[in-house]
Amino acid sequence: MKCEVCGKNTATVHYTEIINEELREMHLCEWCAQQKEALGKPHFFTAEFLSGLFDASQVFTEKQTEKCAQCGFGHSNFQKLGRLGCSECYQTFKEQITPLLKRVHGSSQHVGNVPSAHKGIINVRKDLSRLRQELKTAISEEKFEEAARLRDKIKEIEKNITATEKSDNESQ
Amino acid sequence: MNLNDLITQTSEWLKGTGAHSDIVISSRIRLARNLIGATFNSRASEEKRNEIISLLRPVIKSTDSLRNSLWIDIDKLSRLDLQFLIERHLISHELAGGEGARAAIISEMETISLMINEEDHLRLQTIQSGLALMDAWRIVNKVEGELADRIGFAFSQEFGYLTACPTNVGTGMRASVMLHLPSLVITRQIEKISQAVAKIGFVVRGFYGEGTEPIGDYFQISNQVTLGQSEEEIISNIEQIIHQIIGHEENARQFLLTRRKKQIEDRVFRAYGTLAYARRIDSNEAIKLLSTLRLGIELDFIKNLDHHILNELLIAIQPAHLQKLNGKALTAVERDIKRAELIRKKIKK
Ligand SMILES: [Zn+2]
Ligand SMILES: [Zn+2]
Repeated sequence: MKCEVCGKNTATVHYTEIINEELREMHLCEWCAQQKEALGKPHFFTAEFLSGLFDASQVFTEKQTEKCAQCGFGHSNFQKLGRLGCSECYQTFKEQITPLLKRVHGSSQHVGNVPSAHKGIINVRKDLSRLRQELKTAISEEKFEEAARLRDKIKEIEKNITATEKSDNESQ
Repeated sequence: MNLNDLITQTSEWLKGTGAHSDIVISSRIRLARNLIGATFNSRASEEKRNEIISLLRPVIKSTDSLRNSLWIDIDKLSRLDLQFLIERHLISHELAGGEGARAAIISEMETISLMINEEDHLRLQTIQSGLALMDAWRIVNKVEGELADRIGFAFSQEFGYLTACPTNVGTGMRASVMLHLPSLVITRQIEKISQAVAKIGFVVRGFYGEGTEPIGDYFQISNQVTLGQSEEEIISNIEQIIHQIIGHEENARQFLLTRRKKQIEDRVFRAYGTLAYARRIDSNEAIKLLSTLRLGIELDFIKNLDHHILNELLIAIQPAHLQKLNGKALTAVERDIKRAELIRKKIKK
């Protein structure tokens, strides 16, 4: 008889346990039995549990046969594993993942720590929104020369951001 | 340092120091990170897994914060050693039970540990004694920064740090606090509090985290949300909850002292008696009685014992620890005998 927990080793430890008010015979291998003895239940944390949490069938419907170009990950993989295949999957399945993240985390936009390599671009974004504000003010105050200068600056920064993001994506 | 030296030392986080150490056993911060461009582990070939290890190895070995740390090839370890590391909270069940090339790195005082090729390429954690999440965050963030400067981790402006499981994406951070809440259990308030905590997005678990049931009145509380909140926000939210729970436990202890004194005193000394004289004890019973004894110390019924001895025992009476201590494999019955011996020795002075 195989162990009920790992399904790999031969079950050598046999006992009865009450689960949900019902008596159940348990057959475990020595290894899994030891883990159980070490405070509570062994690791029953399965992929089904996660897929259940996410309801992966809603995320990737049968029609979506799209596969991640980098790792070949698709709908059935996520259902089976409850995990993504690679970091590129987040881009590939962005449309499907975004609502799911909102459900689990209440948000789909990161606001925490940023690696130092990315800090530059975030500061640039802040500059950009400040410049746009200044541009609005300049126009409303009819300072057109100033407005033209600001507009050129904004254009230049936007061009830079697109370029960096492109190279970012390529390097990932 | 090698793995067998660990048995002779007590993990720093069991020392019973730090804020609120009468109720809070430990604070833990764990970060999940993945290397840029590499397939996540669930889809990685053995070759790729080995690549991850050979990429990380030199970087980790020359990282300041990890100087003198112990490098362990998990895939070469015996089951006993794996179980031993799990019991010490240094690696996860998932890493131990996984397949292919895996490694763990353990800092000198066991305050920092890293796992390579678990669910994510890299998991970094620190455990501190008492309520010290901010300190823990600073420590783990420093190590992460030192590594990130040299290897870089998968990150997007929108989703933050990219993890194999979408439940960890964003900060990739799990903050957990281990609490001892015997009075809330005795006064039957724990259910209500657990439910309230769960409702506002925190998870309540047992002593060994995911998939374990609370036993011996030890509860682990951690954040579920990792995206849309900064690390500091997550920590300050969880700290607020913890302070409230501490308040409830303190009130319950006061209630027991004023209204149920003889009842509790009796319970504590019966536990003490059993632990001090038993000749065979299984781990479930031992943990429950040690929990009651710990309450007795906090309520000042027991005066010649310090709670750090009980913290240490909680780990030392686990099956793999008993076998390492005795230097050989023991059957369940032999373990029960050795467990009783160890407890008698530690609590009788
Ligand atoms: Zn098994
Ligand atoms: Zn992918």
